[in-house]
Amino acid sequence: MMDGNVLAGPLRELFAVDVTVADGRCAGCGLRGPVASLRVYGSEDGPGFVARCPGCDAVVLRLVRGPDAAWLDLRGVVSLRIPLAV
Amino acid sequence: MARAAVSGRLTWRVARLAEAREETATARTLVLDVPDWPGHLAGQHVDVRLTAEDGYTAQRSYSLASAADRVELTVQRVLDGEVSPYLTDTFKVGDPIEVRGPVGGWFVWRPADTAPVLLVAGGSGVVPLMAMVRARGAAASRIPFRLLYSTRTPDDAIYSEELARRVRDDHGLDVVHLYTRSAPPQDKRGIGRLSVADLAAWGWPPEFEPACFVCGPTGFVEAVADLLVDAGHDPQRIKTERFGG
Repeated sequence: MMDGNVLAGPLRELFAVDVTVADGRCAGCGLRGPVASLRVYGSEDGPGFVARCPGCDAVVLRLVRGPDAAWLDLRGVVSLRIPLAV
Repeated sequence: MARAAVSGRLTWRVARLAEAREETATARTLVLDVPDWPGHLAGQHVDVRLTAEDGYTAQRSYSLASAADRVELTVQRVLDGEVSPYLTDTFKVGDPIEVRGPVGGWFVWRPADTAPVLLVAGGSGVVPLMAMVRARGAAASRIPFRLLYSTRTPDDAIYSEELARRVRDDHGLDVVHLYTRSAPPQDKRGIGRLSVADLAAWGWPPEFEPACFVCGPTGFVEAVADLLVDAGHDPQRIKTERFGG
Protein backbone atom coordinates (compact mmCIF):
# COMPACT_ATOMS: atom_id res chain seq x y z
CA MET A 1 0.00 0.00 0.00
CA MET A 2 1.13 3.49 -0.83
CA ASP A 3 -0.50 6.87 -0.33
CA GLY A 4 -1.76 9.69 -2.47
CA ASN A 5 1.70 11.24 -2.76
CA VAL A 6 2.45 8.61 -5.41
CA LEU A 7 -0.37 10.00 -7.59
CA ALA A 8 1.43 13.33 -8.04
CA GLY A 9 3.13 12.31 -11.28
CA PRO A 10 0.24 10.39 -12.84
CA LEU A 11 -2.22 13.22 -12.07
CA ARG A 12 0.19 15.98 -13.06
CA GLU A 13 0.34 14.28 -16.44
CA LEU A 14 -3.35 15.15 -16.85
CA PHE A 15 -3.80 18.42 -14.95
CA ALA A 16 -2.01 21.76 -14.92
CA VAL A 17 -2.03 21.87 -11.11
CA ASP A 18 -0.85 19.46 -8.43
CA VAL A 19 -4.04 17.65 -7.45
CA THR A 20 -2.42 15.87 -4.48
CA VAL A 21 -2.56 19.10 -2.44
CA ALA A 22 -6.30 19.51 -3.13
CA ASP A 23 -8.59 18.98 -0.15
CA GLY A 24 -11.32 16.48 -0.89
CA ARG A 25 -14.43 15.37 0.92
CA CYS A 26 -15.25 11.68 0.96
CA ALA A 27 -18.68 10.79 -0.41
CA GLY A 28 -18.81 7.84 1.98
CA CYS A 29 -18.08 9.36 5.38
CA GLY A 30 -17.57 13.06 4.80
CA LEU A 31 -13.93 13.04 5.92
CA ARG A 32 -11.94 15.96 4.58
CA GLY A 33 -8.30 15.69 3.69
CA PRO A 34 -5.73 16.13 0.95
CA VAL A 35 -5.60 13.71 -1.94
CA ALA A 36 -2.02 12.97 -0.76
CA SER A 37 -3.43 11.30 2.37
CA LEU A 38 -5.56 8.71 0.53
CA ARG A 39 -4.59 5.02 0.80
CA VAL A 40 -3.44 3.94 -2.61
CA TYR A 41 -3.38 0.40 -3.94
CA GLY A 42 -2.01 -0.82 -7.24
CA SER A 43 1.32 -0.98 -8.96
CA GLU A 44 3.22 1.74 -10.67
CA ASP A 45 3.78 -0.79 -13.47
CA GLY A 46 0.19 -1.96 -13.57
CA PRO A 47 -2.73 -0.43 -15.39
CA GLY A 48 -3.56 1.96 -12.59
CA PHE A 49 -4.37 2.88 -9.02
CA VAL A 50 -7.28 2.69 -6.63
CA ALA A 51 -7.33 5.33 -3.86
CA ARG A 52 -9.41 4.71 -0.75
CA CYS A 53 -10.55 6.96 2.08
CA PRO A 54 -8.37 6.61 5.20
CA GLY A 55 -11.51 7.04 7.32
CA CYS A 56 -14.00 4.56 5.85
CA ASP A 57 -12.05 2.67 3.19
CA ALA A 58 -14.50 3.64 0.44
CA VAL A 59 -13.11 3.96 -3.08
CA VAL A 60 -12.49 7.66 -3.65
CA LEU A 61 -10.81 7.63 -7.02
CA ARG A 62 -9.47 5.28 -9.63
CA LEU A 63 -6.96 6.15 -12.29
CA VAL A 64 -6.23 3.88 -15.22
CA ARG A 65 -3.82 4.80 -17.94
CA GLY A 66 -3.81 3.18 -21.35
CA PRO A 67 -1.50 3.83 -24.27
CA ASP A 68 -3.57 6.70 -25.66
CA ALA A 69 -6.02 7.71 -22.93
CA ALA A 70 -6.45 7.89 -19.18
CA TRP A 71 -9.63 7.09 -17.24
CA LEU A 72 -10.21 9.00 -14.04
CA ASP A 73 -13.11 7.79 -11.89
CA LEU A 74 -13.90 10.23 -9.06
CA ARG A 75 -16.90 8.36 -7.66
CA GLY A 76 -15.99 8.85 -4.00
CA VAL A 77 -15.26 12.54 -3.85
CA VAL A 78 -17.96 15.13 -3.23
CA SER A 79 -15.74 18.07 -4.06
CA LEU A 80 -12.12 19.08 -4.36
CA ARG A 81 -10.77 22.37 -3.07
CA ILE A 82 -7.82 23.12 -5.29
CA PRO A 83 -5.46 25.84 -4.04
CA LEU A 84 -4.54 28.33 -6.72
CA ALA A 85 -1.27 30.19 -6.98
CA VAL A 86 -1.83 33.84 -6.05
CA MET B 1 10.80 30.64 -11.17
CA ALA B 2 8.52 31.91 -13.92
CA ARG B 3 9.49 28.98 -16.05
CA ALA B 4 8.70 26.50 -13.30
CA ALA B 5 5.27 28.09 -12.88
CA VAL B 6 4.36 27.70 -16.55
CA SER B 7 6.15 24.47 -17.28
CA GLY B 8 2.96 22.99 -18.75
CA ARG B 9 2.66 19.28 -19.28
CA LEU B 10 4.73 16.91 -17.27
CA THR B 11 7.10 15.12 -19.60
CA TRP B 12 9.75 12.45 -19.36
CA ARG B 13 13.33 13.58 -19.74
CA VAL B 14 16.38 11.44 -20.29
CA ALA B 15 18.83 11.82 -17.41
CA ARG B 16 22.25 10.26 -17.00
CA LEU B 17 24.04 8.97 -13.96
CA ALA B 18 26.80 11.47 -13.17
CA GLU B 19 28.06 9.95 -9.93
CA ALA B 20 27.09 7.32 -7.37
CA ARG B 21 27.80 6.96 -3.65
CA GLU B 22 27.35 3.86 -1.56
CA GLU B 23 25.55 4.99 1.61
CA THR B 24 25.11 1.64 3.36
CA ALA B 25 25.40 -2.01 2.34
CA THR B 26 22.01 -1.71 0.63
CA ALA B 27 21.49 1.97 -0.15
CA ARG B 28 23.07 3.94 -2.96
CA THR B 29 22.81 7.60 -3.85
CA LEU B 30 22.49 8.42 -7.54
CA VAL B 31 23.54 11.88 -8.69
CA LEU B 32 21.66 12.47 -11.93
CA ASP B 33 22.41 14.91 -14.67
CA VAL B 34 18.96 16.08 -15.79
CA PRO B 35 18.78 18.58 -18.64
CA ASP B 36 16.91 21.81 -17.75
CA TRP B 37 16.10 20.77 -14.18
CA PRO B 38 13.74 23.48 -12.90
CA GLY B 39 14.66 23.05 -9.20
CA HIS B 40 12.45 21.48 -6.55
CA LEU B 41 11.10 21.78 -3.03
CA ALA B 42 12.42 19.60 -0.22
CA GLY B 43 10.16 16.55 0.08
CA GLN B 44 9.19 16.36 -3.59
CA HIS B 45 9.82 13.25 -5.65
CA VAL B 46 10.40 12.15 -9.20
CA ASP B 47 8.97 9.29 -11.18
CA VAL B 48 11.63 7.09 -12.73
CA ARG B 49 11.06 4.84 -15.75
CA LEU B 50 13.23 2.04 -17.05
CA THR B 51 12.66 0.47 -20.45
CA ALA B 52 14.06 -2.93 -21.37
CA GLU B 53 15.22 -3.74 -24.88
CA ASP B 54 11.99 -5.65 -25.51
CA GLY B 55 9.99 -2.53 -24.64
CA TYR B 56 8.92 -3.67 -21.17
CA THR B 57 8.83 -0.73 -18.79
CA ALA B 58 8.98 -0.40 -15.02
CA GLN B 59 8.17 2.78 -13.16
CA ARG B 60 8.77 3.90 -9.56
CA SER B 61 8.69 7.10 -7.56
CA TYR B 62 11.76 8.12 -5.60
CA SER B 63 12.12 11.03 -3.22
CA LEU B 64 14.67 13.67 -4.02
CA ALA B 65 17.42 13.60 -1.39
CA SER B 66 19.15 16.82 -2.39
CA ALA B 67 18.56 20.52 -1.99
CA ALA B 68 17.12 22.24 -5.05
CA ASP B 69 20.19 22.80 -7.18
CA ARG B 70 20.95 19.16 -7.95
CA VAL B 71 19.15 15.89 -8.49
CA GLU B 72 20.08 13.12 -6.09
CA LEU B 73 18.04 10.03 -5.30
CA THR B 74 18.94 7.54 -2.60
CA VAL B 75 17.69 4.09 -3.52
CA GLN B 76 17.28 1.31 -0.97
CA ARG B 77 17.64 -2.13 -2.50
CA VAL B 78 14.46 -4.16 -2.10
CA LEU B 79 15.34 -7.85 -2.14
CA ASP B 80 12.76 -9.09 -4.61
CA GLY B 81 12.46 -5.70 -6.29
CA GLU B 82 12.38 -5.24 -10.02
CA VAL B 83 13.82 -1.74 -10.22
CA SER B 84 15.88 -1.03 -7.10
CA PRO B 85 18.45 -3.87 -7.55
CA TYR B 86 19.17 -2.52 -11.03
CA LEU B 87 19.66 1.00 -9.67
CA THR B 88 21.83 -0.07 -6.72
CA ASP B 89 23.91 -2.78 -8.41
CA THR B 90 23.96 -2.40 -12.19
CA PHE B 91 23.22 1.21 -13.20
CA LYS B 92 26.58 2.83 -13.99
CA VAL B 93 27.95 6.30 -14.62
CA GLY B 94 26.84 7.54 -18.03
CA ASP B 95 23.83 5.22 -18.26
CA PRO B 96 20.51 6.81 -19.22
CA ILE B 97 17.28 6.76 -17.27
CA GLU B 98 13.97 8.54 -17.79
CA VAL B 99 12.69 10.87 -15.07
CA ARG B 100 9.74 13.20 -14.74
CA GLY B 101 9.26 15.77 -12.05
CA PRO B 102 9.63 17.25 -9.60
CA VAL B 103 6.13 16.31 -8.43
CA GLY B 104 4.18 16.33 -5.18
CA GLY B 105 3.41 19.57 -3.38
CA TRP B 106 1.99 18.28 -0.10
CA PHE B 107 4.82 16.52 1.73
CA VAL B 108 7.16 19.50 1.38
CA TRP B 109 8.99 21.92 3.61
CA ARG B 110 9.69 25.47 2.48
CA PRO B 111 12.44 27.59 4.04
CA ALA B 112 9.87 30.40 4.47
CA ASP B 113 7.82 28.22 6.85
CA THR B 114 8.26 29.43 10.43
CA ALA B 115 7.00 26.55 12.63
CA PRO B 116 9.51 24.31 14.38
CA VAL B 117 9.87 21.02 12.54
CA LEU B 118 9.72 17.43 13.73
CA LEU B 119 10.98 14.85 11.27
CA VAL B 120 10.38 11.17 11.99
CA ALA B 121 12.00 8.63 9.68
CA GLY B 122 11.75 4.87 9.49
CA GLY B 123 14.53 3.25 7.44
CA SER B 124 14.90 4.76 3.98
CA GLY B 125 12.01 7.07 4.82
CA VAL B 126 14.78 9.43 5.86
CA VAL B 127 15.42 10.42 2.23
CA PRO B 128 12.85 13.23 1.75
CA LEU B 129 13.52 14.37 5.33
CA MET B 130 17.22 14.63 4.51
CA ALA B 131 16.27 16.88 1.61
CA MET B 132 14.55 19.13 4.18
CA VAL B 133 17.63 19.11 6.45
CA ARG B 134 19.81 19.98 3.45
CA ALA B 135 17.42 22.70 2.23
CA ARG B 136 17.45 24.19 5.73
CA GLY B 137 21.25 24.19 5.64
CA ALA B 138 21.36 25.67 2.13
CA ALA B 139 19.03 28.49 3.22
CA ALA B 140 21.02 29.06 6.45
CA SER B 141 17.62 28.77 8.15
CA ARG B 142 17.40 29.02 11.93
CA ILE B 143 14.10 27.16 12.18
CA PRO B 144 14.51 24.51 14.91
CA PHE B 145 14.59 21.01 13.42
CA ARG B 146 14.50 17.68 15.22
CA LEU B 147 15.00 14.41 13.40
CA LEU B 148 14.11 11.08 15.03
CA TYR B 149 15.54 8.37 12.84
CA SER B 150 14.64 4.73 13.45
CA THR B 151 16.66 1.95 11.84
CA ARG B 152 17.32 -1.68 12.68
CA THR B 153 21.02 -1.16 13.42
CA PRO B 154 23.55 1.69 13.24
CA ASP B 155 24.88 0.22 9.98
CA ASP B 156 21.45 0.63 8.39
CA ALA B 157 21.37 4.38 8.98
CA ILE B 158 21.84 6.39 5.79
CA TYR B 159 23.68 9.76 5.88
CA SER B 160 25.06 9.14 9.41
CA GLU B 161 28.28 11.05 8.88
CA GLU B 162 26.66 14.01 7.18
CA LEU B 163 23.98 14.19 9.88
CA ALA B 164 26.63 14.19 12.61
CA ARG B 165 28.48 16.98 10.80
CA ARG B 166 25.30 19.01 10.33
CA VAL B 167 24.36 18.66 14.00
CA ARG B 168 27.72 20.27 14.76
CA ASP B 169 27.58 22.96 12.06
CA ASP B 170 23.88 23.68 11.33
CA HIS B 171 22.80 25.34 14.55
CA GLY B 172 19.35 24.36 15.74
CA LEU B 173 19.34 20.86 14.24
CA ASP B 174 19.03 17.87 16.57
CA VAL B 175 19.26 14.25 15.41
CA VAL B 176 18.45 11.19 17.48
CA HIS B 177 19.04 7.67 16.23
CA LEU B 178 16.67 4.99 17.49
CA TYR B 179 17.46 1.32 16.92
CA THR B 180 15.06 -1.59 16.80
CA ARG B 181 17.42 -4.61 16.60
CA SER B 182 20.87 -3.69 17.85
CA ALA B 183 22.34 -0.54 19.34
CA PRO B 184 25.84 0.51 20.31
CA PRO B 185 26.66 -0.31 23.96
CA GLN B 186 26.81 3.38 24.91
CA ASP B 187 23.21 3.93 23.72
CA LYS B 188 21.28 4.16 26.98
CA ARG B 189 17.93 3.88 25.24
CA GLY B 190 18.64 0.37 24.06
CA ILE B 191 16.55 -1.17 21.33
CA GLY B 192 12.86 -0.92 20.60
CA ARG B 193 10.28 0.54 18.30
CA LEU B 194 9.67 4.25 18.42
CA SER B 195 7.46 4.92 21.43
CA VAL B 196 5.49 7.68 23.05
CA ALA B 197 8.42 8.06 25.49
CA ASP B 198 10.79 8.70 22.55
CA LEU B 199 8.49 11.39 21.18
CA ALA B 200 8.21 12.97 24.62
CA ALA B 201 11.97 12.88 25.15
CA TRP B 202 13.12 14.10 21.72
CA GLY B 203 10.14 15.55 19.88
CA TRP B 204 8.41 18.91 20.35
CA PRO B 205 5.55 19.41 22.77
CA PRO B 206 2.25 19.84 20.89
CA GLU B 207 1.84 23.37 22.24
CA PHE B 208 4.88 24.41 20.20
CA GLU B 209 2.69 23.61 17.17
CA PRO B 210 5.46 21.95 15.18
CA ALA B 211 5.10 20.86 11.57
CA CYS B 212 5.49 17.07 11.70
CA PHE B 213 6.73 15.03 8.75
CA VAL B 214 6.67 11.24 9.05
CA CYS B 215 8.05 8.98 6.33
CA GLY B 216 8.73 5.25 6.22
CA PRO B 217 7.03 1.92 5.67
CA THR B 218 3.24 2.00 6.03
CA GLY B 219 3.11 0.31 9.45
CA PHE B 220 5.75 2.65 10.88
CA VAL B 221 4.05 5.76 9.53
CA GLU B 222 0.62 4.81 10.85
CA ALA B 223 2.00 3.92 14.28
CA VAL B 224 3.93 7.19 14.58
CA ALA B 225 1.06 9.32 13.29
CA ASP B 226 -1.24 7.71 15.88
CA LEU B 227 1.28 8.38 18.66
CA LEU B 228 1.54 12.02 17.62
CA VAL B 229 -2.23 12.47 17.57
CA ASP B 230 -2.56 10.74 20.95
CA ALA B 231 0.14 13.07 22.32
CA GLY B 232 -2.03 16.05 21.31
CA HIS B 233 -0.60 17.11 17.96
CA ASP B 234 -3.11 18.59 15.52
CA PRO B 235 -3.65 16.02 12.74
CA GLN B 236 -3.54 18.90 10.25
CA ARG B 237 0.09 19.50 11.21
CA ILE B 238 1.09 15.89 10.62
CA LYS B 239 2.13 15.06 7.08
CA THR B 240 2.88 11.49 6.13
CA GLU B 241 4.44 9.63 3.24
CA ARG B 242 4.32 5.85 3.00
CA PHE B 243 6.16 3.46 0.78
CA GLY B 244 4.68 -0.02 0.61
CA GLY B 245 5.36 -2.53 3.35
